[in-house]
Amino acid sequence: MPEQRVVDADYLLLEAPRERKFITGAQAMAEAVKRANVDIAIAYPITPQSEVMHLVGDLWAQGYLKDYYRAEEEYGAMSAIAGAVRGGVRAFTATSGPGLLRGFEAIASWPGHRIPAVLGVLTRVVNAPLSIQPDNIEIAYLLNCGMIVLHAENQQDVFDFTLAGFVISEKVDVYIPVAVCTEGFFVTHAKGYVNMTPEDMKLPPRDPYKAPVPPTDCEIPPARIQRDAPVQKSNFMSYLIHAVWQQEVWASNRRAMKYIYKYLGGPIEVVNPDAEVFIVASGCAAAQGREAVRYAQMEGLNVGLVKVKSIRPFPEKEIREVLKKAKAVIVPEHNIIGWLAREIKATIPDNDKVIGGPRVYGGMTLPVELIMEKIYDVFGIKKERKVVV
Amino acid sequence: MKRYNIRIAGVGGQGVVTSAHILGNAMSAAGKYATLVPFFGSEKRMAPVEAYVRVSDQPIYEVGEVVYPNVIMIYHPQVITHGKSYTMPFYSGLKEGGMVIINTDADIIPPEDWQVLRELNTRVYMFPATKLALEVAGTELATNMAMVGLFFGITRLVGFEHIEQAVRERFLGNTFVASGGTTALDSAIEKKFKKKMELLEKNMQVIREAFKIAEERGWVEEEAYTP
Repeated sequence: MPEQRVVDADYLLLEAPRERKFITGAQAMAEAVKRANVDIAIAYPITPQSEVMHLVGDLWAQGYLKDYYRAEEEYGAMSAIAGAVRGGVRAFTATSGPGLLRGFEAIASWPGHRIPAVLGVLTRVVNAPLSIQPDNIEIAYLLNCGMIVLHAENQQDVFDFTLAGFVISEKVDVYIPVAVCTEGFFVTHAKGYVNMTPEDMKLPPRDPYKAPVPPTDCEIPPARIQRDAPVQKSNFMSYLIHAVWQQEVWASNRRAMKYIYKYLGGPIEVVNPDAEVFIVASGCAAAQGREAVRYAQMEGLNVGLVKVKSIRPFPEKEIREVLKKAKAVIVPEHNIIGWLAREIKATIPDNDKVIGGPRVYGGMTLPVELIMEKIYDVFGIKKERKVVV
Repeated sequence: MKRYNIRIAGVGGQGVVTSAHILGNAMSAAGKYATLVPFFGSEKRMAPVEAYVRVSDQPIYEVGEVVYPNVIMIYHPQVITHGKSYTMPFYSGLKEGGMVIINTDADIIPPEDWQVLRELNTRVYMFPATKLALEVAGTELATNMAMVGLFFGITRLVGFEHIEQAVRERFLGNTFVASGGTTALDSAIEKKFKKKMELLEKNMQVIREAFKIAEERGWVEEEAYTP
């Protein structure tokens, strides 16, 4: 391993020179971990996450991480992450689908325990029936636990979101975990171009005293309220403490927005802002949406794209502004419930213009042609369907 | 240049995925773009195999399998005659004005399928790739090279030198140094290298012949490669 020197976080994220590599999404996530000065990684293997944690294990073997182990299962892994981070170190883990849900009791308590960490979520079908393909319904489960939830479209996003994730997560006025989600296989096992910072530069180490809550001090929250649960005192105390604490968690979540602007160029990306009709999508569906915009342009149709990078905090103000004049809003998704369409409908006032779909589930491909069908519908174009299926 | 969304259907052992890599790498060598998706199944010899390649001179964002191709390449006649394919019928999802290249020495398309292909205004190229591979390279393992050769022979999306570069990368890798310290090169490596060079040359001959066939039969299309 090359000797790594610590550089300023802002320099590394915003100014450091970058080199273009053709790598998989799993490699991109591991390359970000390599540059993030991570102390410990703990995980339990599951397809398609295993590729990422295998590569992170290699990083430990090469000396980039101080410790790495395979936990007994996900509940153990996620609990151990909480312990390690409360102990003052920087930690990384990743999981997929059923693994996420197995670890979820521990994960959902991270924000309340003020655990700054990065969790890779490489999506896969949540059973049953069993499939290992990239359905992203598991992101819906993450939305209401207080975490920051970023959704990466491609290998470049995976690298950028993961590296910036550590920095955002540890900001004193944030101090909650960041989930970096992306579709399994479509991104984790496929190669794309990634512009990466130099291998010999890394983030400064975590400073556990630069925190709104001190590390492992059993007399002060949040450790005190874990050890000495308010519910043991009185119901009145417990709901009061829980209420103010959770308000602070969600306020922290909203405060992360300014750092999402600073390090990720904002929570949304808009292609063709003057469009008549918008596709709003996140993750791989945004990649398919990008192609649909291109197809539409070739046919002279004024279609734009809003790619949502940050699902939590949700960019309500920004989305309302872009969609103000839109005639229709198409929300393609890789899951059956349409969690993004629900978010959009809850965000804009004239939400009868939101078309939930097209949706594919079970992890199948989302053909651009399905998005085009919705586009033809809203423009009132009747196409004779010549494709034989 | 227009986008080619290619579905390759064949059977295990024919080098379907290998040739998808060569297609993509040749595009990359020519400074263009390609993405490649193998079907994540449990492949074995003579079982159906599919691979998907998208090629363009513009960046490609799309992910996943090609459900609506405008190019279909059939590497084995049994894909049609025995239905050995994940996507049935073989033309499933084919777009209007597309292209189908089939490895066969006889017309194996049933009349009702011909009717569909005509309605879709499809260009159908039937071509004995395995026969050509046997004649030129002495092995049917070069069938995939004949198919790649014919595709590029028809479309002329890249120059011959780019295909050669892609095939060379595939068979010799980037690490094989031919001239590195000749005295140290022991005979085993030399033998292995010699064998690889022969293999490479035979494959290139097959591709050259396929190019010639496309030209002789007047199949060359508009998007000629200009360096």
